[in-house]
This record gives sequence, structure tokens and C-alpha cells, in this order.
Amino acid sequence: MRNILAFARGSLVLISKGSRAYYIWVFSLLALISMGVLAYIHQLQNGLIVTAMRDQVSWGFYISNFTFIVGVAAAAVLLVIPAYVYHWKPIKEIAILGELLAVSAIIMCLLFVTADLGRPDRFWHLIPVIGLLNFPQSLLAWDVFVLNLYLTLNLVIAGYMLYSLYHRREPKKSFITPLLLFSIPAAISIHTVTAFLYSGMGARIFWNASILAPRFLASAFCSGPAFMILVFLLVRRYTKFQIKDAAIHKIAELIAYAMFINLFLLGAEVFKEFYTASAHLVPMKYLFFGIDGHTALVPWIWTAMLFNLTAFFIFLAPSVRKNHFMLVIGCVLIFIGVYIEKGMGLVIPGFVPDVLHEIYEYKPTGIEVMISLGIWATGLFLFTLSLRVAIPILNGDFHIAPDGRGSHIGDHLFLVQAKAADPGEDAEQSTAASARSDP
Amino acid sequence: MSDKKKRDAKVFQLTRRKALKGLAAGASVLALPSRDAAASVWDAFFQKHFRRMTKSDLERVLARLEREYSSEFSQEVKVGATPPIEGVKYGYGLDLSRCIGCRRCVYGCVEENNQSRDPQIHWIRVVRLKKEKGTDLHYAEHYYNPNQVPEPGHFYMPIQCQQCEKPPCTKVCPVQATWTEKDGIVVVDYNWCIGCRYCMAACPYGARHFNWAKPQIPNESLNPQTHYLGNRPRPVGVVEKCTFCIQRTRQQPGRYPACLEACPVGARKFGNLLDPESEIRKLIENKRVYLLKEELNTQPKFFYFF
Repeated sequence: MRNILAFARGSLVLISKGSRAYYIWVFSLLALISMGVLAYIHQLQNGLIVTAMRDQVSWGFYISNFTFIVGVAAAAVLLVIPAYVYHWKPIKEIAILGELLAVSAIIMCLLFVTADLGRPDRFWHLIPVIGLLNFPQSLLAWDVFVLNLYLTLNLVIAGYMLYSLYHRREPKKSFITPLLLFSIPAAISIHTVTAFLYSGMGARIFWNASILAPRFLASAFCSGPAFMILVFLLVRRYTKFQIKDAAIHKIAELIAYAMFINLFLLGAEVFKEFYTASAHLVPMKYLFFGIDGHTALVPWIWTAMLFNLTAFFIFLAPSVRKNHFMLVIGCVLIFIGVYIEKGMGLVIPGFVPDVLHEIYEYKPTGIEVMISLGIWATGLFLFTLSLRVAIPILNGDFHIAPDGRGSHIGDHLFLVQAKAADPGEDAEQSTAASARSDP
Repeated sequence: MSDKKKRDAKVFQLTRRKALKGLAAGASVLALPSRDAAASVWDAFFQKHFRRMTKSDLERVLARLEREYSSEFSQEVKVGATPPIEGVKYGYGLDLSRCIGCRRCVYGCVEENNQSRDPQIHWIRVVRLKKEKGTDLHYAEHYYNPNQVPEPGHFYMPIQCQQCEKPPCTKVCPVQATWTEKDGIVVVDYNWCIGCRYCMAACPYGARHFNWAKPQIPNESLNPQTHYLGNRPRPVGVVEKCTFCIQRTRQQPGRYPACLEACPVGARKFGNLLDPESEIRKLIENKRVYLLKEELNTQPKFFYFF
């Protein structure tokens, strides 16, 4: 018990002391979170009428963000598979960071769903026994189940590994390996179930395609790892945590394959719809070309197409993707491209035109954007704090004191980071500016 | 100013004072203002699912709702929970060749079923179709507004809940807040719905409607004869839909749904599908029947004749 308290106290020191850039970053996030909270209070007082959603388009920006982030969370598995199944060491060392990302992402997912509920006060109706979870009929019930399962799994795995390393013990293989193996199908399940949630509805021709689940997985294996590469490059640059080139290049290679499959599946669907040109074409036509002058999504989807294609060619050639400048550009393009395609680009055409062929063009309101920004900030905030504790542990800088009481923080350099270098230029890069070793 | 701009402008009205007020309002719910009011809030919060209530649970809930509605609308409001009648399954018929598109059914329904007047909710949507295009909804006009109906070259199709035998909406509800009753009516427990709107995505007929804001009904317009699963006033943030006027049709002797009574040309028919002698059965057997989106196999109990 005393050990846990010492661990908590040490973690508190780690997350509360940092360079100026770290403070700027954290307080910007806190400001965005507060703005989101205020906007959410406004929504609670007035109802979802403050959003642009209406009966015609009954899901919007919240559910779009949710769908995209489920993919990011699921993609942590891309790191776990080679790390633990194939014992590929360079990735094994960094897989914990992927699991921490999964935890933050799932919390964001749950927040987005909550923001979308008309009656968040009745969330307890979803809890089995005291509530009435419609399992196994409702895919949303499945989603509640697998998301919470995946969250728990990653919390336990990452928490146990870090706590063991903090105690300078080897994690028990007999305990951790089965959990890790189980987290692989769990990750696939969260995205598959989310895809089934859409594709199971005969009423919505745009979603009612069996190709949807494979497409979800393919695009998730692009966006999640792309984000991870960006994080790795930052961590490597600003802390003394070593991440080998080999690991980053391996992930980039996997992204290239995933993007190929993603584009191929999309092409297959686009061909089938446009060549057949049946009544089912209408939503896809709305997405890519607009119908009757309604073109809200058109510039967005073409931006996404351009970004995804460009990124694919960047990642295709090994010599290009090994250039870290191009790698960063590719990752950013993929993240934005998939965000558009698997977010609004997926959800909105399900509702436009609606089931009675009415066209209501949806654009999120300021309130929706503010609440969503607040949730993104929450996720980044949680991820930042978890990295602040995890990286010193993985470095060996934060561990239990030799006398077995209290904790030991070996490297205090991060406390005076502001003096060591001027980090003011890019607050975003300060995610882990803490323990920078090369001044 | 466009809607969008108005909405955006609203964002900036959210001042600190307002936010604090909101927090205070939220806290006051927990602060037990007066014993009765607080008890009512907690009773509502912990209210069980309709189908899990015992008889005495239900009586208590109905009494509480009657108390709340009566004080809110300054008149005596009755909330019943009449169960289905044995051996009855309701079916609806609509003769497309008779319908003149006057929308009296739409507003008759609003008055009977206490839909919100602001923002407006309509359980029935009448679309105008071109005779040469048939029932292809791609050519449906939703907001037609001529001086006089019917118009040459057009026909009209009222669309409301089809009370499907295989409803895609109830299947997807994560908390079983919506289900099919023994008499075939698909109902919603407005006190159990969490407002996720999955059912609205699943319904192929646009029959489900959401209370985006707190529904507004002037006191003098309220229909005080209500049913728990039907036309009682709804809270904000839940889904609602047509129930074939459950508060009327389950009475004995039964009454017709309000939309049927409002129809000036007798285009609407209603009856017991299990009774071989009923009017609705005779019509189905003798008329040409059209089922909306038959290919989805939802098996509507709403039959269009043409």
C-alpha cells in the first residue's frame, strides 16, 4: 500500500513539473477542455437542438469522431502483434506507448458517445442487471461491451507492465502473455463491431455493404500507426528514450500495405456503385459529386482522396518513407485523410438523402465543434500525462527507491528543461519534452 | 441571418454567468429542494423499465406522472396503461387513390398525440408524387404547398410508422426501450430511452422522431387523456413515434385512430387483422396491396391500396 502511495506521489511530481513548453501545452489543453465543458453544459440545458442534427440527419459530428477514434484505438494492436507474437524486439519496447494511446482513445470514444446521448443521465440503463442491456440483439450493446473490455485490457496490461518496471521486476510472462494475445482479437473486435453497427441496417444503403468492416480495419491500420509514428519521432527527439529506426520503418511499411488494401477496397466499392448505377448510387454520388446543388461534402472527400493517395505513394517507396521529413508529411496526410473519410465522409452520406429521400445538408454548429475539441483535448491530455510517467519508467529514471520505501526519480534534468533549450517554438512537440537528454 | 450563423452566434451567448447558473441548477437537483419535489426527481431517476414494473410500481409511476403533468399543464391529466386486448392485432389500410394530400391527418395526429408544437414534430409525413413516376420516393416532394389539393398529375402518400412485424428499430435499441406489444404496436418507454437515436438510423420509413429540445405544448392544446406508452407529454432527449393511437384503440369499445377520423375522404381504414370478418381483412383480400419498401422484409402492418 505504501508502495502504491509512493508511486502515485512520484507520478504526481513527474506530471506537475515540466518545462515551459510542457506547461504551455498542458494549459492549452486544459483551456480547450474547459471550453468543451462550458459548451456541454449549454447543450445539457437546451437539448441537442444546439447541434445541427435533426430527424433527417440524426447522427453527426460526435458519432463521426467516435467512429474515427475507434480505429485509432484498435490500431494499437498493429504494434502488439509483431512485438509479442513474433518477439520482434525493436517494437516490443515501444508497444506500451501504443497501449497507452489505446486507453486515451477509448476514453475519447466513450466521451463522444456520451456527448451524443439525449439522456446522459440514464447511462445506467446500459449496465447489465440494474439496467437492461439489449445483448446480444443490439450492436450498440456489443460495442459498449467490447469497448469497455478493450479499455480494461489495455489499462491492466500497460499498468501492470509499467508498475513492474517501476519495481525493477520483470513482468510475469504467465500473467501478461495471455492478456496480450487476447488484446489482439479484442482490438479487431472493437472496429468490426463498430462497422457492423452501421452495415447491419437495411434502411441505410450507403452503409449496408459487407465490405464496410474490412474497410474499417484497413483504414484503422493506417491512421492509428500514423499517429504513433508522429509520437515516436517526437519522443525520440525530445527525450532520451531510444526508439530504433528499424521499428519506425517497420511500422511505416505496414502502413503502406494497409493503405493499399484500404484504397483497393474503396475502389471496389466505388466501381460497383458507379458501374451498376442503380438507385443505391445516390448517397455515394452525394459524397463525391453532390446532388442537385447540395455539395457540402464534395471538397472534403476529394481532399481526403488526394491526401490518402499522396501518402500511399510516399509510403510505397522505401527510400522515400525512410526520409523522416517525408515520413512526417505522409503520416499527417494519412491522419487527416482517414479522419475525413472515416468520419463525416462515412456517417453523413448514410443520412443524405434520408430514408424518404429528403436532402438536409448537415454542417456541425459551433457548439458541436467546441465539445468535440474539448474531447480531443481530453484525450491528448490523458495521453500526455501517461507518457510523462511511462517514459521515465521505461528509461529507468523513475523507479522504486533502493531502500524499498518511496520512489526515486533519477534524472531531474527535465525539471530545468526550460533553461536547457528554448522549447517555445512548438508547444505541440513538448509532449514529452521533459526528459530531454541532449541539450 | 442564416440558421448556421444564428447557431454560431448562440455559441457566444454562453457567458460565465450562464455557465455558473447551469452548474447551480445541476447542483440544486442534488440539493433536495423540498422533500416532495426531490422524492419525485429520485423516483423518476430510478424508475424501472416499463416491463419490469410490478402492478404497484406501475400505479405509483402513473400517479406521479399524473401529478407532474397536471401541475405543469394546469389541468387534470390522466395517464393510463391499458394493456393489449387478447386476440387483437391491429392493421392499417390507406387508399392511395382516395388520398387528396390535405394533411388533415398530420395535424389531427399532432393534436391527439401531444406532439411538440415548437419545435414541430409530425408523426405523419405526406409526400407528393408524380403520377408518371409512381411510388419512387426519389421524386417525392415533402414540402409541397399549393393553394388547393388535389393537383392534376399528382398523387399523395402519407407515411407514418408501419408497425412492422419485423421491426429493425427495436432490434437495435441498446437498452430495450422500444418493443412490439402483443397487439402488434411498436412502443417506446419515454422514461427508459437514453436518446442514442440508433433506432432512427435503423428505421426505413423515417417514422421515429427525436425531441431535440424540450417539447412545447400550449396548456389549452393538451389532450389530457393519455397513455403511458402513447400520447403522454414527452421529456426532452427521447425518441417518439406513432402508436396507432394506443390510448384510443385499446379502449373497449375501441375508437379509431385520430388520423382516420380526420381524413375527409375515407382513405384510411383500421381494424383487427386476426378477425377474418374485419373490414381491414376484407380490403386486404380484395384490393391491390402495396407495401412500402417491401424488399427490406420489415413486414409492415400498414397496407397501401391503389
